[in-house]
Amino acid sequence: MSKKKSEKLINDQGLRVDGRKLDQLRPIKIEVGTLEKADGSAYIEWGKNKIMAAVYGPREVHPRHLALADRTLFRCRYHMAPFSTEERKNPAPSRREIELSKVIREAIEPSVFTELFPRTGIDVFIEVLQSDGGTRCAGITVASIALADAGIPLRDLVVACAAGKIDDQVVLDLNDIEDQKGQADLPVAISPRTGEVTLLQMDGNMSSEEYEKALYLAIEGCRQVHTMQRDTLKKKYAREHEVAVEAAGGEVESSESENQHENEGEATNE
Amino acid sequence: MTLLVEKRQLVLPGDILSEGDFNPGENTYRENGKLYASITGLANVAGRNIYVVALKGFYMPIVGDLVIGKVVDLRLSGWIVDINAPYTAVLSTGEAFDRSFNSRRDEMSDYADVGDLLVAKVVAFDRTRDPQLTIKEPGLGKVQQGRLVRIMPTKIPRVIGRKGSMINLLTRETNTRITVGQNGLILVSGGTLEMEALAIKILHMIEREAHTLGLTDRVEELLKKEKGSSVEQEEK
Repeated sequence: MSKKKSEKLINDQGLRVDGRKLDQLRPIKIEVGTLEKADGSAYIEWGKNKIMAAVYGPREVHPRHLALADRTLFRCRYHMAPFSTEERKNPAPSRREIELSKVIREAIEPSVFTELFPRTGIDVFIEVLQSDGGTRCAGITVASIALADAGIPLRDLVVACAAGKIDDQVVLDLNDIEDQKGQADLPVAISPRTGEVTLLQMDGNMSSEEYEKALYLAIEGCRQVHTMQRDTLKKKYAREHEVAVEAAGGEVESSESENQHENEGEATNE
Repeated sequence: MTLLVEKRQLVLPGDILSEGDFNPGENTYRENGKLYASITGLANVAGRNIYVVALKGFYMPIVGDLVIGKVVDLRLSGWIVDINAPYTAVLSTGEAFDRSFNSRRDEMSDYADVGDLLVAKVVAFDRTRDPQLTIKEPGLGKVQQGRLVRIMPTKIPRVIGRKGSMINLLTRETNTRITVGQNGLILVSGGTLEMEALAIKILHMIEREAHTLGLTDRVEELLKKEKGSSVEQEEK
């Protein structure tokens, strides 16, 4: 794919087309448990991206012969809704979607304790409802939350974020225009606890110095998104289990987001 | 060795629990001598054991568990039963008939057909093969009547209570028979319509407030209040 520089992506004030600074993420909003019938689900708005994730399982695998004797069959489907793009997209899975399904699966699977449920299957569905560049990163981030919401044992919450190069500058979290007209795009997924990289792709050209800068910028972005992931999950479970957090009392650091729950009256006689 | 969480602290997958000489309990894992949580839940410490009580989860069969399941298929080997777990269970044909099963003489669907509910016990399960069930114990067998309640399997210990305190309270006060399956299905039967409805209402309340302290007292209170109001209505 050729990436031509035609118009200015960074203005004289050093701001990008949507007014962001070079190292600034788009606004992110995450919700957990949005689908009632799924075992686990989550929804993310990452800039103009709107993505839903659903997790089913561990459950019996169909067709049966696909089941693995020593671990869970971890399946992943990344799909873009026909109305998610500027031009209508054919709903049949394209070459690109099949490839993304594979790389997303490989990014998330290391975090799942697949060996605990042999002969079963876990299915992850990532549905892009509206897209604006960086959907694979948002997809990984939201699918990982949905897995946690399903109560599936995980080593970590996988998180992803991209960096790239536009107008000869290394920037964080490219949107669609920057991705199309910029010079390079570098999506990265990490397991934040260990810092292991589970997805690393690059499209375009960067010098090795730029690459290194972009990689660390993307990892820094991942860390920021990871905080949001954690806050969302904590908030959801703290709200549903308000008293549980309260029962832990002031023991929970007051910097955490749960301290808004003032529910003192509970007896503590257990 | 250092403990890095408070009792009943909310933890997420990958959160560190302790360093050094602790034993990994339920929903935890060890890596490089440190313990981490593998699930969203409340951390707990008992001596040197650290475990996490799951807030949401699914049922994994354990030998000896009482479960309630639904027949989904009849095969030569036996009834295939959905027990609300990642694996479907099998109740072998010999279980239901006194004499040895003969497919020419006996009709499996005479005992239980697709869609029927069974109360059964898990007799064998090791993940490499599907769980085996038995109904050869008093109180087990096909469900004849009652109402079924489905709650999250992780909340079942709370429904039962310490040494059965909660479930005993509930059966006594509502005068119903309550069969609690470890897989999250509960059968309420044998009472008046109002009392069964009250029992179901309280079961849902227990599910909602499972993690709170002093729940048994609050259930007792609610039972008294609800029963009091139903008596008043009858008097009117």
